[in-house]
Amino acid sequence: MSKASALIELSEPPKPRTLTGTGRFDVLAVREDFPILRETVHGKPLVYLDNAATSQKPLSVIGAMNRFYLAECSNIHRGVHYLSEQATEAYEATRVKCQHLLNAADASEIIFVRGATEGINLVAATFGRRHVSAGDEVLITAMEHHSNIVPWQILCEEKGAHLRVAPMNERGELLLDEFEKLLTPRTRIAAFTHVSNALGTVNPVNQMVAMAHARGIPVLVDGAQAAPHIHADVRDLDCDFYVLSGHKIFAPTGIGILYGKRALLEAMPPYQGGGDMIRTVTFEKTTYAPLPHKFEAGTPNIAGTIGLGAAVDYVQQIGIAKIAAHEHDLLEYGTEVLSRISGLRIVGQAREKAAVLSFVVEGIHPHDLGTILDQEGIAVRTGHHCAQPVMDFYGIPATTRASLSFYNTREEIDALAAGIEKAKRMFA
Amino acid sequence: MAEMSSELQSLYQELVIDHSKRPRNFRKMEDSTLHADGYNPLCGDRVSIFLKMDGDKVADASFQGAGCAISTSSASLLTEALKGKTRAEAEAIFDNVHKLVTEGAAVDPAKLGKLAVFSGVSKYPARVKCASLAWHTMKAALEGGQKVSTE
Ligand SMILES: Cc1ncc(COP(=O)(O)O)c(C=O)c1O
Repeated sequence: MSKASALIELSEPPKPRTLTGTGRFDVLAVREDFPILRETVHGKPLVYLDNAATSQKPLSVIGAMNRFYLAECSNIHRGVHYLSEQATEAYEATRVKCQHLLNAADASEIIFVRGATEGINLVAATFGRRHVSAGDEVLITAMEHHSNIVPWQILCEEKGAHLRVAPMNERGELLLDEFEKLLTPRTRIAAFTHVSNALGTVNPVNQMVAMAHARGIPVLVDGAQAAPHIHADVRDLDCDFYVLSGHKIFAPTGIGILYGKRALLEAMPPYQGGGDMIRTVTFEKTTYAPLPHKFEAGTPNIAGTIGLGAAVDYVQQIGIAKIAAHEHDLLEYGTEVLSRISGLRIVGQAREKAAVLSFVVEGIHPHDLGTILDQEGIAVRTGHHCAQPVMDFYGIPATTRASLSFYNTREEIDALAAGIEKAKRMFA
Repeated sequence: MAEMSSELQSLYQELVIDHSKRPRNFRKMEDSTLHADGYNPLCGDRVSIFLKMDGDKVADASFQGAGCAISTSSASLLTEALKGKTRAEAEAIFDNVHKLVTEGAAVDPAKLGKLAVFSGVSKYPARVKCASLAWHTMKAALEGGQKVSTE
């Protein structure tokens, strides 16, 4: 195919090819939607098992972004011309799609941010700054990603407040009783992950929110790892804030969502100042735009947002229930296959788990294993997974992590197991 | 090990595997005169280098730490290479190893000895810091000892 015709093909809205007549989940058909899965690495078919770091993008997402740049590019919220109106419409349409994805009460409760990290920083810097004072407490858990630790640490340092950490057990499950005990009259916010990226643990977030709310404590849930696997319903959950990263749900990098309850968002000061977030500006005083624009200063990631809209459509067309069922099957299969490898220990054995297999192999450092697997075309993450406190808890410097998505297959897990066996022979 | 690709073979030569599994001079040195700690925050590798100087000469060298096969074998081979060398010689070895692992430069094998085993590292950009951590730490020790961080 020539470059030009490839561009034209991408500029047509490709239809997901995954909806079989029977409604059965057809993984091979799904894989057709992800061109990258046909690539080879070091002469071997790519086996992509690093989905918790970032997911791959389906053609429909790549096409939507391409279309924007090929035919629709313009800025939003400021032009009366045709293209600007089109772009504004597509941008705001994504907000509505995200509202439905999370079952938010109102589209204006969806704030576009760079990703989960920026969403958490936004809440810490606005809501946090306003409500946390000297001697107050912020509660997190032992299994947080650095992005749900450091913004709170910065806040606590600034305010002379204390960061409290709810512990977990050896399996990587939160100790709910301990969590509850740490909700004190000084706790100003509880921030915890829905799903752990390093361990795969799915937290009992409904219970955790209820415990906090029983004491009048607002809650932020980090949904970065949950969004690809679990249908998060912010109204059922009743959380005050929920953040996620588009790139982990098949959308491009640089776009994510902060959901916040309307009353809270309205009471919060703005995060950044600039264009688009104002109503009127004079040198004496500025009044701010209503939600959601108050929190979206400057020209946003328009193409990324449109890509996110296409990704949400894609996920909903396949159905999160089917995705979850296939991933559950893979997780069970993977757990069984890896457990048979002698000297291999799975780190994180929570009873409620997303499709993450973190492990260590006796006598082989994760980085050596990662390099050897890479030579087999297998992409895994090795290291501390931005969760150094989790590694410290287990007394290990690093793990190897295979994180699965709905386009992975049992054969790919077999390839992973074979790669590990090969590494073991090398280091025998 | 016929099943290994030749590139992988050049990274994990037998000498590397041997030194990673049976590191030499792996001990804390109580009477060291120079000492530095190295840390690679990206992967969590840690290494401490201990040197005992006798005038201008390295009378003894040892290390401790936890890391991958590349970083452990590199530290192990470093301690072997340094013993008996003068400060200037040690610095020259540092320069040669640095060139070898970062640029894949053709360094005279006579100058490298066993350290030539790391010639494959430059093809694995993600692993260069594994091989160089112990060397940067050693250099810091020679310069008076401080914590180094490869980032
Ligand atoms: C649980 C969790 N929270 C937050 C983040 C941060 O996401 P991002 O880097 O996309 O902002 C990640 C990313 O790995 C994560 O796994």
